[in-house]
Amino acid sequence: MSVPLLALRDLHVTYLTGGGPLSAVRGVDLTVERGQIVGVAGESGCGKSTLASTVLRLQAPNATVSGEVLLDGRDVLTMTWGELRAVRWSGASIVFQGALHSLNPVHRIGDQIAEPIQIHMPRLGEAKTTARVRELLEQVGLDPARARSYPHQLSGGQKQRVMIAMALACDPELVVADEPTTALDVMVQAQVLNVLSGLVREREVGMMMISHDLSVLADLCDRITVMYAGRVVEEGPAESVFADPLHPYAAALSAAFPRVGDPTARFAPAGLPGDPPDPRSLPGGCSFAPRCPRAADKCLPAEPSLESYEKGRSAACVRIGEADEVRETTASAGTPR
Amino acid sequence: MSAELAAQGLRVEFATRSGRVARALDGADLVVRAGEVVALVGESGSGKTTLARSLVGLTKPAAGEVTWEGKPMSRSARGLKALRRHVQLVLQDPSGALNPRHTVYESVAEGLRVHKLVGPSGKTETELVARALASAGLRPPESLFLRYPHELSGGQRQRVLIAGALALQPQLLIADEPVSSLDASIRGEILALLLRLREELGLGVLVVTHDLGLAWNIADRIAVMYLGRVVESGPTEQVLTVPQHPYTQALLSVVPEMEGLEPVVLRGEIPDPTRIPAGCRFHPRCPALASGEAAQVAEACRGTALPVLPADPEGHRSACHLVALREGVSS
Repeated sequence: MSVPLLALRDLHVTYLTGGGPLSAVRGVDLTVERGQIVGVAGESGCGKSTLASTVLRLQAPNATVSGEVLLDGRDVLTMTWGELRAVRWSGASIVFQGALHSLNPVHRIGDQIAEPIQIHMPRLGEAKTTARVRELLEQVGLDPARARSYPHQLSGGQKQRVMIAMALACDPELVVADEPTTALDVMVQAQVLNVLSGLVREREVGMMMISHDLSVLADLCDRITVMYAGRVVEEGPAESVFADPLHPYAAALSAAFPRVGDPTARFAPAGLPGDPPDPRSLPGGCSFAPRCPRAADKCLPAEPSLESYEKGRSAACVRIGEADEVRETTASAGTPR
Repeated sequence: MSAELAAQGLRVEFATRSGRVARALDGADLVVRAGEVVALVGESGSGKTTLARSLVGLTKPAAGEVTWEGKPMSRSARGLKALRRHVQLVLQDPSGALNPRHTVYESVAEGLRVHKLVGPSGKTETELVARALASAGLRPPESLFLRYPHELSGGQRQRVLIAGALALQPQLLIADEPVSSLDASIRGEILALLLRLREELGLGVLVVTHDLGLAWNIADRIAVMYLGRVVESGPTEQVLTVPQHPYTQALLSVVPEMEGLEPVVLRGEIPDPTRIPAGCRFHPRCPALASGEAAQVAEACRGTALPVLPADPEGHRSACHLVALREGVSS
């Protein structure tokens, strides 16, 4: 078997804060193959953005990282600065959250897209760089004449596409997209997602896409990893994680985005009470237990480990075996409405 | 006349620097009654926020009028104050809408003081604030009195904003994107709160959103806006399961995980409101016109403007030449 494009192995990230150490990522394994889109889902504070920044060693200075981040088999965490510089942009690039603020307001967007090209391919020359910028803008569905615009002249969706064009500038093999469509409305979101999935199909890049919207991930991704309190609680093929989640947390995320037309969702918005735990003082046992509708005594002694289930799925919940049993009993005991 | 807020033929214009006039609203009709949840949906730039703001008198229309309980809205300071006692706006971004230097108690009590509601109620201010926080699902309310916004989670801030509105015991709540900045898990909680308020207090809610899943979750009726006008309106079940207008069909088809619909991704964005297209305002992006499906009415689409869709709280209507043709044929 070939070396995966990206492999995170037992990754831990801890921030040293005034209030004590904060474990943001606690032992995450994740693989992205070429031509594959892998989704990472979870709510604010689950560690998904920390995970993204670690891929290119962009984590905050107060973070300590252990484990491995293997990009094409080479560990990003132990690279020299020179090697790391070479990998950033051309090996892997990131589309950050909030494109609306990530562009420099006083530079034309063409110059901003050209910058990484000039740094990484200095011999390309001015004419070819300009041609490359035009080509990139076309690829993301923007008029090449837009190269002369300033960020304030573009709409949110257009700026997000500029960010994607920049991320693609040096032909990376891996693109990490952190909430690429969060601030956009439905139609523009659909346009941006089309651009991203088209690129993966045509150019065989690998993509790690981070979002709190499980329905968006289900549409676009091959596989989904669901994170809670810094750990992976479920992993599997995108459609089955969304349509038939094993872990109660994945089920809650999935239900939060109803299917239009589903009669059970009419006047029944599904929420999940409570807040995620403070990473400085995690509850003992399963960290989801305090919010879990199915929590039982057996959830409390230890944090459940990720176990494998059929069809390439895995989840970390001690009550999964009992799930069907419970469902059957409630179904048979169900009174007609 | 029952508690009913209505917009008739509202037109809102903004002068742009180039001297052209942008029509954010170009003849919009809408009715919201107490006890019902209405969703106003559309892309950014469709005019939905402008319509919501006009309904509480924050934006002055160039033409048309807003009526409350059948009477035209007064533009005087006193008239607007009286209206806002009954119709409260809950703003989009809970982090930006709360004063960071006010405690939760102060934020909620402010409206009570402005409207001098403490004396006549026969209750103390503390009781009224506690009651508002409790109805917004913040329990026990006393534990939050002295907290500042930065000490609260996003969901709690949104609830404090809603509590501030509820303190005045309004009949209608206008909520602009109430959950778009919140996490998936909190989203459902806030939506359930809006439904509960309708159930328990008989509140009417106008929710402005671009999220059709949200509309499916809580709305009785839905109005779809495009470029300053309502282009389709009707009961949620009908509009979202058998949409008539090609724009609604396209919006629905790009909802993630929408089954049985081929995604129709419209190119570009809503046109510049200083240059509203002639004929049907949607025709330059209309997939039905582009595919030839609307060939029979193509001339009308390009050249004949459509009338403003009247606010109809019962029926399912849309402003589209193709729909009109089909209905003409079938009837």
